[in-house]
Amino acid sequence: MPEFIGLREAVGKYVKPGCTLAAEGFTHLIPHAAGLEIIRQRIRHLTLIRMTPDIIYDQLIGMGAADKLVFSWGGNPGVGSLFRLRDAYERGVPHPMVFDEHAHAAMANAYQAGASGMPMAIFKGYRGTSYPEVNPNIRFIECPFTGETLTAVPAHRPDVAIIHAQRADRQGNVWLKGILGVQKEAVLASRHSIVTVEEIVDSVDERQGGVVIPRWAVTAVCHVPMGAFPSYAEGYYERSNAFYVKWGDVSRTLPSFLEWMDTFVLSTDDFDQYLQKLKEHGYV
Amino acid sequence: MSSEIYTPEEMMIVTAARLLENDDVVFIGIGLPSKAASLARLTHAPGIALIYESGPLDTAPEVLPLSIGDGELSRTAKAVVSVPEMFNYWLQGGRIRTGFLGAAQIDRFGNLNSTVIGDYRAPKVRLPGAGGAPEIASFCSRTLVMLQQNPKTFVDAVDFVTTAGFLRGGDARERLRVPGRGPVAVITDLGVLEPHPDSHELVLTKVHPGVSQEMVFKATGWPLQTADVVGETQPPTAAEMRVLRSLRTAMPAGPMVGVV
Repeated sequence: MPEFIGLREAVGKYVKPGCTLAAEGFTHLIPHAAGLEIIRQRIRHLTLIRMTPDIIYDQLIGMGAADKLVFSWGGNPGVGSLFRLRDAYERGVPHPMVFDEHAHAAMANAYQAGASGMPMAIFKGYRGTSYPEVNPNIRFIECPFTGETLTAVPAHRPDVAIIHAQRADRQGNVWLKGILGVQKEAVLASRHSIVTVEEIVDSVDERQGGVVIPRWAVTAVCHVPMGAFPSYAEGYYERSNAFYVKWGDVSRTLPSFLEWMDTFVLSTDDFDQYLQKLKEHGYV
Repeated sequence: MSSEIYTPEEMMIVTAARLLENDDVVFIGIGLPSKAASLARLTHAPGIALIYESGPLDTAPEVLPLSIGDGELSRTAKAVVSVPEMFNYWLQGGRIRTGFLGAAQIDRFGNLNSTVIGDYRAPKVRLPGAGGAPEIASFCSRTLVMLQQNPKTFVDAVDFVTTAGFLRGGDARERLRVPGRGPVAVITDLGVLEPHPDSHELVLTKVHPGVSQEMVFKATGWPLQTADVVGETQPPTAAEMRVLRSLRTAMPAGPMVGVV
């Protein structure tokens, strides 16, 4: 049975300096509110894992929260670059980071292996590419039955997974619908999991469609309406494509990024205040 | 609207769309491939199955998604699967015919780069990275590639092989033991390139109307060979242009609150 606590308490309790964190979401249901709370609490030296690091990881990296990034596609979807990620990679700004770079197939399999209690994932990947030359975590093994060469990558075993979902029920069962990404795998691969939700309802099950992550796999549930904004929650609100486009301008230079973060994130106490301030400035 | 008035990019999208068939099953990258696939579905290929790596299987978006995971894609899909299922069962399992990719760079053997320009450890430009591309190009039966053609994008050898084409040519790809045939056509704003059957070097097979071979040579970073007969693509029809220009990209002003 998960604990029902506020986001500030959940982040403080489970996201420790130096820990390995997977805040997952594949365009949909990205846990933005939780990411901003990590920034407000100035938690640092994180190893961040994410298939598709986007704005919230750009913000964590730009604010200096991460020492390492494990990823497979780092861009602003449909818009272009993540400038804070690029600055970290190209110029070591705000500090040099370690990059453990993969392709999607490897990352998805690494989560699945972690969820399955396996030390590594086996699949057929990276053939003919330059990735094995630059990433020692990509290795090849021989199938003991067929002799075929297969690809191996280490399993993801994060200390904590954070996801956003549409609903949890009062027992703490979590319900997601729409594009599911690797959220279930990330939760099951991790020692602890924090789930922010749009709504807490009496009961959820798969007869309502969607996917349920049962309560005993969840550590903490936090009620954070709009907690995925500017990503979206199917059935609740649309992706704010306009915000993603705007982020390209905001994040282009370090000074304009820092000023924005100071105005909207560090000068607000929580996600509600942050959203309120975004509304006042015409972002929402 | 006259069918004779169109941009090079529109010519490119129309040409790519025509390479998709009604019974095709297509794994789609965002941007131009997404536009071309939607154009095909709304014109000659209504039966086409469109697949995006975020999970939607057989989707029919009415507005073009900005990202590969827009809600429009899951709402209009026959099924939405998890990302591990997408890459393992559907892609690696060999259930997808055509992979449809873009890239920042391509070389004479159809290898693609979307990772870095320059040295991997100290690049001039850090690009987003692989996403699904390496395995899309390995496990789809064939790959189509779309990108603008100029000396910066069409290079003799890519800085980083994000996605293997024919490596250094000849039978190098066969020796990789991947099921997919690799890039069968590269569609650009100037024409179409296809691999030579033996050397697997990309050769010019078609130019768009009004484009000279000389223009294509100048836009290519290696001494480009041509097919024995270089054809000319058909300009867009009025119907193709009507549909293409009616495609709108999803760009809501902000969130719309309300429970479905």
